[in-house]
Amino acid sequence: MSATTESPRGTKLPSALPQRTHDGARRQYIYLAVGLVVLFFLPFVLPESSQPVLVRTLIYGIMAVGWNLMSGYGGMFSFGHAAFFGVGAYTDAVLLTNFGISPWIAMIIGAVFSAGVGVLIAYLCLRYKLAGSYFALATFAFAQMFLLLAQNLELVNRTEGINIPLLPEDSWAMLQFGQDSFNYYWIPLLLLAAAVAVTIAFVYSRPGRYTQAIRDDPVAAESLGIPIMKYRLITVALSCAITSIAGSYYTQYYLFVGPEQAFSMHVSTDAIVPAVIGGVGTIWGPLIGAAVVGPLSELVAAVVRNPPPFLEFLQGVSGLDVAIYAVLLIVIVVFLPKGIYGTIRERLRK
Amino acid sequence: MNRGVRVTQTSTETKEAPAAPPRLLDNRQLRIAAGLVVVVGAAVALMYLFGGQPSGLLTQSLITGVLLGGVYALVSLGLTLIFGVLGIVNFAQGAMLTMSMYIVFFLATEWGLNLYLAAALTVPVMFGFGWLVQSTVLNRVMGDSTHERPLLVTLGLSLLIINVLLMVFGGRPVSVASPVEGSINVIGALVDVPRLIAFGGALAVAVALTLILRKTTLGLAIRAVAANDVGASLVGVNVKRIYAMTFGVGATCVAVAGGLMVSFTSLVPSAGEQFTTLAFVIVVLGGLGSIPGALVGGLFIGLVQTVGSLYLPGSGSLLLVFGIFLLVLFLRPQGLFGAKS
Amino acid sequence: MSILKLEGLSKSFGGLRALRDVTVEIPEREFFGIIGPNGAGKTTLFSVIAGQLGPTSGRVVFDGQDITGWSADKVAGAGLVRTFQLMRPFESMTVLDNVSIASHRRFRSTAKSRDHAAEVIERVGLSQYLNKMSGTLPTAGLKRLELARALALEPKILLLDEVLAGLVPTERAPIIDLLRDIHRDGVTVMFVEHIMAAVMALSERLLVMHEGAELTLGVPEDVVQDPRVVEAYLGEDF
Repeated sequence: MSATTESPRGTKLPSALPQRTHDGARRQYIYLAVGLVVLFFLPFVLPESSQPVLVRTLIYGIMAVGWNLMSGYGGMFSFGHAAFFGVGAYTDAVLLTNFGISPWIAMIIGAVFSAGVGVLIAYLCLRYKLAGSYFALATFAFAQMFLLLAQNLELVNRTEGINIPLLPEDSWAMLQFGQDSFNYYWIPLLLLAAAVAVTIAFVYSRPGRYTQAIRDDPVAAESLGIPIMKYRLITVALSCAITSIAGSYYTQYYLFVGPEQAFSMHVSTDAIVPAVIGGVGTIWGPLIGAAVVGPLSELVAAVVRNPPPFLEFLQGVSGLDVAIYAVLLIVIVVFLPKGIYGTIRERLRK
Repeated sequence: MNRGVRVTQTSTETKEAPAAPPRLLDNRQLRIAAGLVVVVGAAVALMYLFGGQPSGLLTQSLITGVLLGGVYALVSLGLTLIFGVLGIVNFAQGAMLTMSMYIVFFLATEWGLNLYLAAALTVPVMFGFGWLVQSTVLNRVMGDSTHERPLLVTLGLSLLIINVLLMVFGGRPVSVASPVEGSINVIGALVDVPRLIAFGGALAVAVALTLILRKTTLGLAIRAVAANDVGASLVGVNVKRIYAMTFGVGATCVAVAGGLMVSFTSLVPSAGEQFTTLAFVIVVLGGLGSIPGALVGGLFIGLVQTVGSLYLPGSGSLLLVFGIFLLVLFLRPQGLFGAKS
Repeated sequence: MSILKLEGLSKSFGGLRALRDVTVEIPEREFFGIIGPNGAGKTTLFSVIAGQLGPTSGRVVFDGQDITGWSADKVAGAGLVRTFQLMRPFESMTVLDNVSIASHRRFRSTAKSRDHAAEVIERVGLSQYLNKMSGTLPTAGLKRLELARALALEPKILLLDEVLAGLVPTERAPIIDLLRDIHRDGVTVMFVEHIMAAVMALSERLLVMHEGAELTLGVPEDVVQDPRVVEAYLGEDF
């Protein structure tokens, strides 16, 4: 692609112009590659016991990256991403236990299914022109309905949930390894990297740029020839598919899924909060937020188990981790509405 | 909606929560209420005739449903005020309910107070709490075009309240005995006296709220802010102060609710959470900011849940509740008693 | 031949009749002005033509095609583009990106759409703001941005809603020149305006609207002499 810095009228255009986008996207991919390489070696330097924390952080990361596409870039504030996480989690469990289908394939089927469900829900909400708080409440209601369905459907074993049978030996096809295998960390790491790569590609693509224009001003976007429903639904589909993959992996890692683990309101919250803390509508915000939120429980638990003298009174108390998480959420929303990464980026730009 | 950018270009006009002033029933609403009574009455009559359930069981669940609905209405009254006036989706409503119940529990067990005296003392405490939350935190995130920030703050607040309660009181269920125990027989159904008192409380709170909004200067200011906050500030209303007072009054409602409900609630830190969700259903169903709407919506949802559970086992009847919620959102977002915007 | 035909357009909002039976034919390359007191239905007319609102009755025929009831994006894609009185920039984006969103319709590649956008931006005189965030532009800049986005779609007809409102006289002159320039390049222009000097200078024909209906239509000099027009404006700051 040759950069035309000469306009037809012969005036020289500012040199900052040519292909800033592609440079931008390429720079993000490089950050991603560097980050991936660094994180790849993390298990070698951290103690074995940190694996569950790392995995949970990565799952948060994937969920938040997915939520951020729809709510951050698309401006459709979802308060029900548990629905899509749960569909992924249950699709995996049902296909594996009933039909012996490999989790990898189930993951893809779940993502497609979840995208379809998401598109249907979003279409209804947008068709009836729900916006703002009402959109959030409607998505929330759908997630609650999925929770109730899961609790009452025989197919998914009602409130008891589904256990994934433990295999006697390692199997890549069935995604099972020895308990401390690094694979359990590397797989979600690669899934997260793929989700971020999809985000980068999307954000810098034509549909992605349309989506951001629609978020900023749907009326103006439509008057510039953009079919807003179509691009909103594309965004929703991507978002739900990514979140669903987090759900599928969740089932595989914990070898169990139940209605609460899949569809409760707290699952939706877990998709929202990392993105909000890191920075909504940014590529790296959800990851930074996940890195903050993921290890929080363990750090707090460590303090509570063995508190320093001045925190003696906290010994054995439960609930402190979530209380801190809540305070963090409130403080960030009130004082850093653009999140940690969003605020830093803004400061650097000035 | 008066805060935030009102999209006036009509093709994409959206159902932003309109700030509807709380109101009494007018003629049109009376008609709607009458229609609802007829429909529900007919449905009940059909169930007695063809429902395939023993009539004693049906009567019992109808009465239980009405009483449960009274409790729902009680919790929803504060929410409809906060949602209607401030436009805040207050996800902490249920947690605030739990908080008031624990305060009552504390006063009743540690200080040995009478349950209803403890409930009365909880009212000013919760008003102060609500006032403080709004004036120190929520007022900072109001007024810009995004509705998400207040919602996220109340979500955080909800988690914070629940987990602080968990830290202080632990997770084991506790209970407070009511000084008036026992049950009475109402047209063939057994009714818990404390539940009956709670039902009366819901009506009393609704009347009191209506009087406050109608007859007092504070009420006038609240209605003015609800209708148009910029306009209200132009005529000298301190809008932020009114926001704080409104949230305080909303918290007062859950304080009364908590006080009246605690004796028949198995109290754990997460006890109130389920009410947040149901209260939203009821508020949207009844119409934002509508006090009679919250009452009728509460009763309706209470009935749907108890009578529905005769036919749908487990939590299936809640599915029905959310189905109704979504239908209302899509087809009549102003709610049963809301004005068409 | 006419590029735009409005046949008996009406629009009601509940009991309010915002447009009543508007019938106009606009020949290609005309510079067509619309004036009228506040609430006369000018913006509603634009919204009905451009597909933001569906008409209650009547037809819109654009370039020989019945576009009544088309969605706004389809109408814009066909070459009928409007601007808004209240400026609507995409605030999270730079000026360049704002315009390249429109250029994308013709150029799928980001790079090409940006090149095209940069040309359009230069044409409306915004090059110095190219990489500034659009939210930081002064009013005059935002007006030019609205124009640039519309032009980037390479419209056959432009509907401009009070593009001069909110500008001081020294800022108006260059925009008026720009409008002339656009018109000279072959674009049909329909514009709603309150600034009478501009209306008189630019319009070839002038439609006066009052209470949703046509009050009179003709050559500007005749129209403003019409006693009914003066009456309609009484009490307005004319």
